[in-house]
Amino acid sequence: MNNFGYTRASDVADAVRQIAADPAAKFIAGGTNLIDLMKENVARPSRLIDITHLPLNKVEETKDGGLRIGALVPNSDLSYHPQIEARYPLLASAILAGASQQLRNMASTGGNLLQRTRCFYFYDTTTPCNKREPGSGCSAIEGINRGHAILGTSEHCIATHPSDMCVALAALEACVLATGKDGERSIKFADFHRLPDDTPNIDTNLRSDEIITAIELPPKGFAANYSYLKIRDRLSYAFALVSIAVGLDIADGTIKEARLALGGVAHKPWRNHEAEAQLSGAPATRETFMRAAETVLRDARGFGHNDFKIELARRGILRTLTQAARGTPQSQADKRIK
Amino acid sequence: MVQASSAVPKQSKKFSAPAKMTVSLQVNGVKRTLTIAPWTTLLDALRLYLDLTGTKKGCDHGQCGACTVLVDGRRIYSCLTLAVMKDGAQVTTIEGLAQGSTLHPLQQAFMKHDAFQCGYCTPGQICSAAGLIAEGKAHTADEIRELMSGNICRCGAYPNIVAAIEEVMSGKGAEKSGEAGR
Repeated sequence: MNNFGYTRASDVADAVRQIAADPAAKFIAGGTNLIDLMKENVARPSRLIDITHLPLNKVEETKDGGLRIGALVPNSDLSYHPQIEARYPLLASAILAGASQQLRNMASTGGNLLQRTRCFYFYDTTTPCNKREPGSGCSAIEGINRGHAILGTSEHCIATHPSDMCVALAALEACVLATGKDGERSIKFADFHRLPDDTPNIDTNLRSDEIITAIELPPKGFAANYSYLKIRDRLSYAFALVSIAVGLDIADGTIKEARLALGGVAHKPWRNHEAEAQLSGAPATRETFMRAAETVLRDARGFGHNDFKIELARRGILRTLTQAARGTPQSQADKRIK
Repeated sequence: MVQASSAVPKQSKKFSAPAKMTVSLQVNGVKRTLTIAPWTTLLDALRLYLDLTGTKKGCDHGQCGACTVLVDGRRIYSCLTLAVMKDGAQVTTIEGLAQGSTLHPLQQAFMKHDAFQCGYCTPGQICSAAGLIAEGKAHTADEIRELMSGNICRCGAYPNIVAAIEEVMSGKGAEKSGEAGR
């Protein structure tokens, strides 16, 4: 690791002041991704600003009946929070599908959003990577790209965002609360992460002087009909090849509202509003689900090793929609896919 | 071993290193004060400065679990934790689990069930299992396997690890067995 300085932020305003004054500094909370990147010399902050002592660790009701999750709530606490388990089981399930319990104990809610969209070439400083070194080229497009993106890619980057939690937050239409020099703002989850385009070095639309203070969940949690299905190379503690988050509002066999988000397939959690609109108002049948899957994957493109992801995603979407419609969500402990 | 801050070599202005910091940790019930650089991981602080080498460095990237310790009762990876961020915390390592000469029930159960071969992952496995039991979220073998997935055993002793944890969770502790502690 490169040498760096270390300071603590005394409150949110102090954190914003410190980061605004030192653009080469970084906030640290759980550190599970940042310290790893620093060990590989991919991240080289001049200073770490420790925000773990800020009072951002509560889960509270919002006025509109949703929940406000403090940015420092550990992933593990969030996954087992009674309100999350009861009202947003899709989120609880997605969190438990990710990482390991040790990492979930360390990782914060805000930090989960800010883990880098990445691939192993990004980590390998001996290879070109536009995300690590803009303009140097992408090693993955012509390289080993089995784990890479099939949707929303650019000629500059085909890395994927590895979070499971964020896939559920995208499906639930959460909002990200951020505070910067100009005060607090709310960012729609869909607008938080970015596609690579020609600036894959920038993962999110958070400004350099901003700190995430909370995530807000709207009241609707799709608790009756949901499922999070994660397909990976081993049964646990591996990034998704493809993951699917589904929330359905069903009455008398007809879908009233549908949410469908994919992980492991793009630079950010992937939603397709056209597919969700097709599901809404349609009968909860295999034909409906097939049509939605076709829509999601219409523009999917493989790069050789990851071509299989297109068919895997198609089947995964079908399976997850079926699980959600039946009210039999995927278990994250019993790995059999039913 | 405590590094005295007076021992810090003077740095030239051009390459001035950030100052070392003083950190107090309650390690296995004993207060330990260290003066360390900010980039010292908790794992390195334990192994290099406190001579507590029971905690192992495997991958050093949070992928293997060998470095698992309990911080304020929660299992974490010490290799991805900066010691300066844990000032004032209670740290429990494998060296702190036994009560005097009586091994922790998990240590006894791991021996009884032969839950290791080379033993390199074992301190992390046992600390992780202690955290797992404290969390109270695992009730079946499937749940134990899932919630222990952050600890890799390259010898593949998983069935025996799960059996050892199951036995301790069920309360039928290894201390009742004649095999225990040998």
